[in-house]
Amino acid sequence: MEHVIEISGLVKTFGSVRALDGLDLEVHPGEVHGFLGPNGAGKSTTIRILLGLLRADGGHVALLDGDPWRDAAALHRRLAYVPGEVNLWPGLTGGEVIDLLGRLRGGLDERKRADLLERFQLDPTKKGRAYSKGNRQKVALVAALSADVELLLLDEPTAGLDPIMESQFQQCIDDFRDGGGTVLLSSHILAEVERLCDRVSILREGRVVECGTLAELRHLTRTSIHAELATTAADLATHEGIHDFVAEGHRVDFDVDTELLGDVLAHLGTFGIRSLTSQPPTLEELFLRHYGDEVVAEPQPAGATS
Amino acid sequence: MTATGTFLRAFLRRDRWLVLWFLLGTPTLYWTQAYSVDGIYRSQAEFDRAAAAMGDNAAFVAMAGPARALNTTGGQVAWQASAFGAIVVGLMAMFIVGRHTRSEEETGREELLRSGVVARTAPMTAALLAATVASAVVAAGVTGSLLLYGLPAAGSWVLGVGVLGCGVAFGGVALLAAQVTTTARATYGLTGAVIGVSYGLRAIGDVSGGGLSWLSPIGWYQAMHAYSGERWWPVVLLVVLGALTTAAAYLVFERRDLGAGIWATRVGPDRASPRLLSGLGLAWRMQRSSVFWWSVGMLVGGYAYGAMGDDVTTMMGDSQFSKDIFAAGGGADLLDSFYAVATLMLVLIAAGFTVSSALRPHSEEQAGRVEALLATGLSRARWYAGQALVTVAGSVVVLLAAGLGIGVGYAAVTGDWSAVQRLTGATFSQLAGLLVLGALARLLHAVAPRWAPLAWLGVLYCWVILMFGELLEFPQWVIDVSPFSHLAAVPAVDMRWTPFLTVLALAAAMSTAGLLAFRHRDVH
Ligand SMILES: Nc1ncnc2c1ncn2[C@@H]1O[C@H](COP(=O)(O)OP(=O)(O)OP(=O)(O)O)[C@@H](O)[C@H]1O
Ligand SMILES: [Mg+2]
Repeated sequence: MEHVIEISGLVKTFGSVRALDGLDLEVHPGEVHGFLGPNGAGKSTTIRILLGLLRADGGHVALLDGDPWRDAAALHRRLAYVPGEVNLWPGLTGGEVIDLLGRLRGGLDERKRADLLERFQLDPTKKGRAYSKGNRQKVALVAALSADVELLLLDEPTAGLDPIMESQFQQCIDDFRDGGGTVLLSSHILAEVERLCDRVSILREGRVVECGTLAELRHLTRTSIHAELATTAADLATHEGIHDFVAEGHRVDFDVDTELLGDVLAHLGTFGIRSLTSQPPTLEELFLRHYGDEVVAEPQPAGATS
Repeated sequence: MTATGTFLRAFLRRDRWLVLWFLLGTPTLYWTQAYSVDGIYRSQAEFDRAAAAMGDNAAFVAMAGPARALNTTGGQVAWQASAFGAIVVGLMAMFIVGRHTRSEEETGREELLRSGVVARTAPMTAALLAATVASAVVAAGVTGSLLLYGLPAAGSWVLGVGVLGCGVAFGGVALLAAQVTTTARATYGLTGAVIGVSYGLRAIGDVSGGGLSWLSPIGWYQAMHAYSGERWWPVVLLVVLGALTTAAAYLVFERRDLGAGIWATRVGPDRASPRLLSGLGLAWRMQRSSVFWWSVGMLVGGYAYGAMGDDVTTMMGDSQFSKDIFAAGGGADLLDSFYAVATLMLVLIAAGFTVSSALRPHSEEQAGRVEALLATGLSRARWYAGQALVTVAGSVVVLLAAGLGIGVGYAAVTGDWSAVQRLTGATFSQLAGLLVLGALARLLHAVAPRWAPLAWLGVLYCWVILMFGELLEFPQWVIDVSPFSHLAAVPAVDMRWTPFLTVLALAAAMSTAGLLAFRHRDVH
């Protein structure tokens, strides 16, 4: 199996809304793949198509070398799903739900079940209604993680978990990956993505606009530079890859496209560098760049000050 | 207060169709009694004879109310319609209050509302007001239709105002129930139980002549003596009950948390029993209590019908009108015709179970509980089949209860115990039609989920055909659309297997079509 998930040109429309508009996605075996994007970008829709709950209108989808629509039930025995919003049956206890979902998936690992209940400090004797949002989420997590599966499809699985539970969750995902499992993780929690994901895909309006490791993505964004030079350097403003240039006497502040960093620094050297600090882009900046409207304006003309 | 006004307008807007249906249905319930009574008896002497027989029959008194002035049209209307009118308006008030209070809270929407700048109690106040307005509208319809028919004014006003009183009283009960329970289903269950007990108390009270009827809001309504020496003061009891339950609801509301009831939720088993662990097991678990309570209800209701025994023939008069009504039975023997129609009525009441059960997959999907299930090894077909099987099996159980009820009731009065088998058989002769109604719900849910609740119109259609089909001389094809029109009306005529099996095959075909459609659509 080359790819656990292989999607190309996926289209899904709801009436006049084009939720997915030619989406491409590849998830390799053994990786934790982050699935990011603003609200309404199409993350949940993609996952529901992968689960065979929604039918694709166009494009090609392969999941674990099968067709998620035709082979749904058979494929589901090899994966587990945690929805973003967990709705429990009012009359069933958390323990009953875990057992039910486990059995329907083809059996669950008793040792893992006990261990996870312990880890997440979940009381399995409460009835559906009595659980808080976070605890409902935990019921779904325990049910999914105690299954013996190759793939986890997680749609904002930690929404509503407290920080301690969040770190337990991260531990569980590490263990799962160490065991050779693959994860598709949709999330709005950047720290979680940074900590867990090997590669990420960023969605916008039903399309993947960026895909790669975090290091690769960082490379696509800007680094902030503060420098003191020996001379004034007014013409820097028009140099390729430099943005938001501010000069104050011999001091300059600007952002630079990270891929042109070496080039710019070499040019900066010609003005005589007295001191220099550089700040790599934070993850937030990286995402804001893709979430905001800015991306639409790309490619920006070199040297444009915005 | 401004927020309350805003909510009230929004609620009435949401409820307008519901209220319209009740506005059409409730006055019709009263009006048709007048219409049919005037049609049945050709002479006052005949009317007097029938009235005497009715008044002496304990089963009738238990079913309808205390016998007063039964040899007048007004007296008959008050007697035959008031208990059911009270129940109907009570249910309407219950639905209106429940859907805007506990149901909203259960789905978490209320949290959003309350976090806005509104008085905490604004939604519940508005819900109660909406129920009151709706009851007033229905009450006006009742009074208006009876006045138009030409019945005496005082009695017509009493019947209408009493309806409003019942709406206020049961609306208050529902408001309180919404505070103490944690799910809308439980709110409806508790309020429905209160209405049921009210009906039962007055039944026992009316038959035994004791004071038990005074413990029942329905009894108070009937104590207003419409068309037979009206008195107004019992309506005060209804209003006081409404006020007290409302006050209690506010007290509880102030003391409980959002989303909670007053009873701490009980804990349950930490492991699932093996019987739960399949699509079928889950479907049964979700519906077993509903099967149980429906069966109890049908057993009691069937018993009430059966306990009318042989008296029914005396009361029906021998006019063309009553022949027409029971022509649906199709037989020569009036008694058998009566029981054929009575059985069919019970079956159509049981359709309440069948259709709500067949719509269960729909409500599960709406509640977002299907996704997680179908993301496991459970295939769509298995899930669907499990749900369908529970509906079919549940319908059989509920019908069995109805048949046993009517059979045992009849046998207890007449001593003819062979009736148990005969009348149970009669009930089952209509099973195929019942299953078609369930299959219709399934098919709608599969093909056009948004329209699934329209399956209830199927039940309504069959009712209308049963009640008015022969009477109003509908075209044959209109009558033929109802599956029950094709089934032999046992015990009036002998069982015919060919139509039974044909209708059964239709139900199976519709269910299968539903399955195919469900397998090809998006699941939300
Ligand atoms: N059942 C549906 N009917 C109509 N439109 C839908 C439906 N489901 C999703 N959509 C639309 O499809 C688009 C993608 O929705 P989706 O739920 O996949 O977004 P998402 O990326 O998961 O967003 P979020 O981060 O808010 O969870 C949205 O515009 C949404 O309104
Ligand atoms: Mg989503």
